[in-house]
Amino acid sequence: MKEKSQVEDIDRSIYDFKDDEKDAYRIKAGLTPEIVQKLSKEKHDPAWMELFRLHSLQIYNEMAVPDWGPSIEGLNMDQIVTYVRPNTKMKAKWSDVPADIKNTFERLGIPEAERKSLAGVGAQYDSELVYHNVREEVAAQGVVYTDMESALTGEYADMVKKHFMKLVKPTDHKFAALHGAVWSGGSFVYVPKGVSVEIPLQSYFRLNAPGAGQFEHTLIIVDEGADLHFIEGCSAPKYNVANLHAGCVELFVGKNARLRYSTIENWSKNMYNLNTKRALVEEGGTIEWVSGSFGSHVSYLYPMSILKGRDSKMEFTGITFAGKGQNLDTGAKVVHIGENTSSYINTKSISKDGGISTFRSSVVVNKGAENAKSSVSCQSLMLDSESRSDTIPAMDIRTKNADVGHEAQIGSISDEAVFYLMSRGMSEEDARACIVSGFADNVSKELPLEYALEMNNLIHLEMKGSIG
Amino acid sequence: MLNKQLLNVKDLYVDVEDKEILHGVDLSIGEGETHVLMGPNGTGKSTLGYALMGNPRYTVKSGEIWFKGKNITAEPVNERAKDGIFLSFQNPLEIPGVTLSSFIRNALEQKTGKRIKLWDFKKDLEKTMAILQMDPSYAERDLNVGFSGGEKKKAEILQLLMLKPSLAILDETDSGLDVDAVRTVSAGIEEYQKTCKGSLIVITHSTKILEALHVDYTHVMVEGRIIKTGDASLVEEINENGFGSYETQEQ
Repeated sequence: MKEKSQVEDIDRSIYDFKDDEKDAYRIKAGLTPEIVQKLSKEKHDPAWMELFRLHSLQIYNEMAVPDWGPSIEGLNMDQIVTYVRPNTKMKAKWSDVPADIKNTFERLGIPEAERKSLAGVGAQYDSELVYHNVREEVAAQGVVYTDMESALTGEYADMVKKHFMKLVKPTDHKFAALHGAVWSGGSFVYVPKGVSVEIPLQSYFRLNAPGAGQFEHTLIIVDEGADLHFIEGCSAPKYNVANLHAGCVELFVGKNARLRYSTIENWSKNMYNLNTKRALVEEGGTIEWVSGSFGSHVSYLYPMSILKGRDSKMEFTGITFAGKGQNLDTGAKVVHIGENTSSYINTKSISKDGGISTFRSSVVVNKGAENAKSSVSCQSLMLDSESRSDTIPAMDIRTKNADVGHEAQIGSISDEAVFYLMSRGMSEEDARACIVSGFADNVSKELPLEYALEMNNLIHLEMKGSIG
Repeated sequence: MLNKQLLNVKDLYVDVEDKEILHGVDLSIGEGETHVLMGPNGTGKSTLGYALMGNPRYTVKSGEIWFKGKNITAEPVNERAKDGIFLSFQNPLEIPGVTLSSFIRNALEQKTGKRIKLWDFKKDLEKTMAILQMDPSYAERDLNVGFSGGEKKKAEILQLLMLKPSLAILDETDSGLDVDAVRTVSAGIEEYQKTCKGSLIVITHSTKILEALHVDYTHVMVEGRIIKTGDASLVEEINENGFGSYETQEQ
């Protein structure tokens, strides 16, 4: 078992600016270069990073809010400073955390200290020790696993500089630019040539660090022939008074290397999750994504894989569960550049109580990508007639020798199956939950056991009280 | 009646999607008795099975179902299951994500309200699977997913033997099975008669499955009514003459 202990309040000092009068002015004006400069100074950025932040800010201020997806009107862009720098007034109290989140903690059996930490209030549990031990263990194999801030000035500073936001550029979209300007926290992993990391590395521990989990940056470089499984997130709902998450994940998969990147997220239901993830895969390399989206009010999430080298592969397995008041727009993108590249996208989505779940995919096969193979399959399950499920597949194929397939299925829970399970003594609620977990089974199977169990618990929780 | 009454169906009228299928069925079953329900296709035999189990698609318009001295006409399916009614499905559904073994264990725990020890359960399950000549690996496979028709039916009988209900309704458990599979399934049903001393309603078209079974009563259903009740010899009679005479009788 992991050792957990209570430590002091979250340290908000890196965001604390003393000049109240000026603050008020700044909030009105939005994000200014002064705020970003100050943030950069507080974080002891190298000079290039300060410039990078300022440049990103400029792009951010010039770009429009995306208007092609779910509405993000609830996100007050003029108040963006308060997202970047929650002030003392906004500091959450345990008593302010919504009851449904507290209940979920209760039901998931999360220890008291950890609950408060996950809720972003009060005590933070000591994950540092566990994190440290893991780091020591993999360091013996030459693996670098550290937080982004240390990585910027550490031994691998040049490598970080060479790769940081080169795959996801600040010009990509407004929130990528915002991320570039105000990012904080996250992980850096470098796996050297030929090293196979036995244990999955989990950012779970890092996400509990102060200020992390909102604009965190993850940079992973898996060198030639190396192998890594990285797990991001946590199935317990993370509560934040500031309700914007604009993280960024950049993955570099070397020649014949393999990276599996698993995510389970269950953001609180007031969160706007505008996350950007991208992988670049060299010859013979493999990227495997496993993605479970349960939380947030609105999500835009489409991990992208660029299959640059010949014979490179991507596999994406995802599940999205949209409940009441949720509009989750998720999917995957792939660009085939090299010959003989293959992509396999398999997603499931569940919508319930008026939740909206949209699957969006984009498959691009470039001219030179001879013999590329791509298969996209999306299955949706709607649990009632108020809920909504959409599939928006896009394809752009520029070579004649490509094998591209798409398959979509939308269905509802079969009454006969519910009757069958109930005829063996199961309650209606359990029967439905059982069918929904079964539907999600292909994703659970891809997850490490404890995550699979937690995901199953989550599904059962989401299904509680769903029988009128 | 010699045996203590277990099930009593009184003047049952049942609709499926606003169409009346059963037009007043009366049926009384004592403890430990085996009843055979025969009749032409589409005559309402399966409807009676579903209505007894409590499928919400089958609406009881009038009449009553009494089980163990309790009026269960309005009881939900899972309550009836806990009371001791079991329906073996004609087309068992595929449920991904739940193994056959964990499904049965869960059902047992639901029924008894107690936690079942894994070790004892596994031994019991293996023994029962052997009776049905089932490959033990099926226990860890997802419920009915990719099972052949025969394996699905065997899995139903496996559930029957593990759950030990007081009344089992077998809805055409023999349909679509080859001779060997029918024999195996029949042996399973015999085992249920012997060890569980439970009552049975066997819905069937053919008589093959009945060869090895002791039958107390035979009912003939035509157009939503039971029009004739007899003993085991009625099976023989129908086997020779078919339902022709009853259908003309109806008209």
